Amino acid sequence: MEIRYFAWLRERIGTGHEQIETQAQTVAELIEDLKTKSEAHAFALADTAAIRAAVDQELVAFDAPITGAKEVAFFPPMTGG
Amino acid sequence: MGVEVCDRAFDPGSILSAFTQRVDCAGAIVTFTGITRDVAEGDLQAMEIEHYPGMTERALADIRTQAMDRFNLIDALIIHRHGCLSPGETIMMVATAAPHRRDAFEAADFLMDYLKSRAPFWKREITARGADWVVAKDEDEEALNRW
Repeated sequence: MEIRYFAWLRERIGTGHEQIETQAQTVAELIEDLKTKSEAHAFALADTAAIRAAVDQELVAFDAPITGAKEVAFFPPMTGG
Repeated sequence: MGVEVCDRAFDPGSILSAFTQRVDCAGAIVTFTGITRDVAEGDLQAMEIEHYPGMTERALADIRTQAMDRFNLIDALIIHRHGCLSPGETIMMVATAAPHRRDAFEAADFLMDYLKSRAPFWKREITARGADWVVAKDEDEEALNRW
């Protein structure tokens, strides 16, 4: 599965994307899984209130399933306009 | 046509002219243009806008479709830049065309509220002190409850 990071999440983790194998069933479980990868992951993903997620480029809640997803992205709340 | 994500400057006037010529039977056209402003106490050097290629275009198309479904519109347009902008440059614009002004105004307002909180763009201000990500405001999220 392709994991993508944007804005300060990308900077804190040190990469914009990575490939991972996971048994996680939901976005929330995936976050817990990713936090075990490195200190940078744990730091970047610590405050879930400051994170939004997209599964296959659709904004979702953290209880959303990720089974079969190609791409999951994490980023801060958007600031467009 | 309808949504565009671009990495270079655009001329809102010529886009509005083309939009106006394209729509038939519009009694009202409303536009909003967003400008890079200096919120960093007078020392903003540049604004960097990051986006999520692919998702951005989908999100903008979805927001536009929602506006078309919700209001009595003839057409709607969203243009948003990414990359590095100088203070005073145009970041984005929306345009709506409707038979009557109320729909055109409200649809433009709706587009802006959704664009601020649902389109995957992130701004970073570059100043002499360094670079800081712009933090989303609670009221931007709350603004969606109006609709």
